[in-house]
Amino acid sequence: MIGFADVHVRLGGRDVLRGVTARLPERRVGVVGANGSGKSTLARLINGLALPTSGSVTVLGLDTRRHAAKIRRGVGFLFTDPDAQIVMPTVAEDVAFSLRRKGLEREEVARRVHEALAAYGLAGHADHPAHHLSGGQKQLLALCSVMVLQPDILVMDEPTTLLDLRHSRQVAEVLRGLPQQVVAVSHDLPLLADFDRVLVLDQGRIVADGSPEEAIGHYRKMMA
Amino acid sequence: MNGLTGAYVPGSSPLHRLPAGAKLAGLAVACTVLVLLPSPAALGGAAAAVAGLYVVSRVGPAAAWAQVRPVRYFVVALFGLQWVFVGLEGAAVTTLRVLLAVALAGLVTLTTRTSAMMAALERCLRPARLVGLDPFRLSLLLSLTVRSVPVIAALAVRVREAQRARGVERSLRAFAVPLVVSSLRHADALGEALSARGLDD
Ligand SMILES: Nc1ncnc2c1ncn2[C@@H]1O[C@H](COP(=O)(O)OP(=O)(O)O)[C@@H](O)[C@H]1O
Ligand SMILES: [Mg+2]
Repeated sequence: MIGFADVHVRLGGRDVLRGVTARLPERRVGVVGANGSGKSTLARLINGLALPTSGSVTVLGLDTRRHAAKIRRGVGFLFTDPDAQIVMPTVAEDVAFSLRRKGLEREEVARRVHEALAAYGLAGHADHPAHHLSGGQKQLLALCSVMVLQPDILVMDEPTTLLDLRHSRQVAEVLRGLPQQVVAVSHDLPLLADFDRVLVLDQGRIVADGSPEEAIGHYRKMMA
Repeated sequence: MNGLTGAYVPGSSPLHRLPAGAKLAGLAVACTVLVLLPSPAALGGAAAAVAGLYVVSRVGPAAAWAQVRPVRYFVVALFGLQWVFVGLEGAAVTTLRVLLAVALAGLVTLTTRTSAMMAALERCLRPARLVGLDPFRLSLLLSLTVRSVPVIAALAVRVREAQRARGVERSLRAFAVPLVVSSLRHADALGEALSARGLDD
């Protein structure tokens, strides 16, 4: 459960979010809007990477301002550019990096890493350098490294923007199978088509909120 | 680029199975011995030993060549200069020392996962704690550096192509400024991603 209560965010003298209020209990929530409308800021509020200037954000029953570390453990975040997110030189090492603070035995880490890589179709690449993967495979690896920690919520900021159609579909397919709550910022409208709810942002405010058809229809009209 | 990034060649040879710390210590000892070996004959023996280790490691000739390839011009230049100044024997000794040290260091990289190397380094760096440095962060810094080489290289290619498309061929400034800007942007994104992955916890 994610809640925004009259959230304002001011960055570098600009009002980036201007009074956002919403309760998001749905399992699949999409966010669309023009460039600069505040989507990334909204997403970053959910794991405490950004904090509200006024108002409050509640995630998993906790205020993000006071429980940043705990919330970060419960909220996985997938960025647009997997190259910025993969921090270890090889595929398996990057997934293992996520597990470093778990205090697991070496064999247990190896087992979980292997299992996770297999689930994302990367088992054959375990010892390959990350930079040998295709863009889509890199994004799957980034997702795998997030999901191996089994977060309660997954937030994604334009996860398919850099991917070709085939890899976008592959990521969408993986998302469909996730049991977690997912919040996805995206311009990839087909990705959001079977979501439970879509928000439309414009200049830091929610201007439409409803089913994907309604919200995306509104967004299309707005962009026309 | 292969010399640094993803140089690890998976395998199960005795060298692969040796702990990373032992390999690093062995490398340090071997390099000291190389410096102490006096004659071309002794170094020839050392060269045979290094070649033998490569055979045992089963990494293959291509991977082996990739390790020494980056220093090939340097080695040739070194040999030439030494020949002129200290004679043929001295030149052979110095050049072989450098070449064998590089080959041995390469062998360690080829047979050791970065994570194992990191763990070993973390242990070596433990005394750094005494002066207020965090060994985990130091070894993470090394991994990030290794990981960033291909990323920045790809950025450089992109910047270069963009300049070419605009008809700018040979301006260092037109190349360097956008590369620095995009590298900084990458560093920023990386920092944020590290926070998201719980580095600050
Ligand atoms: N750290 C910052 N300092 C100043 N302005 C910022 C900062 N972060 C974002 N902005 C501005 O806030 C606006 C909204 O940003 P963002 O949330 O990234 O929008 P979106 O993801 O919808 O494109 C943009 O105009 C952006 O320039
Ligand atoms: Mg954005």
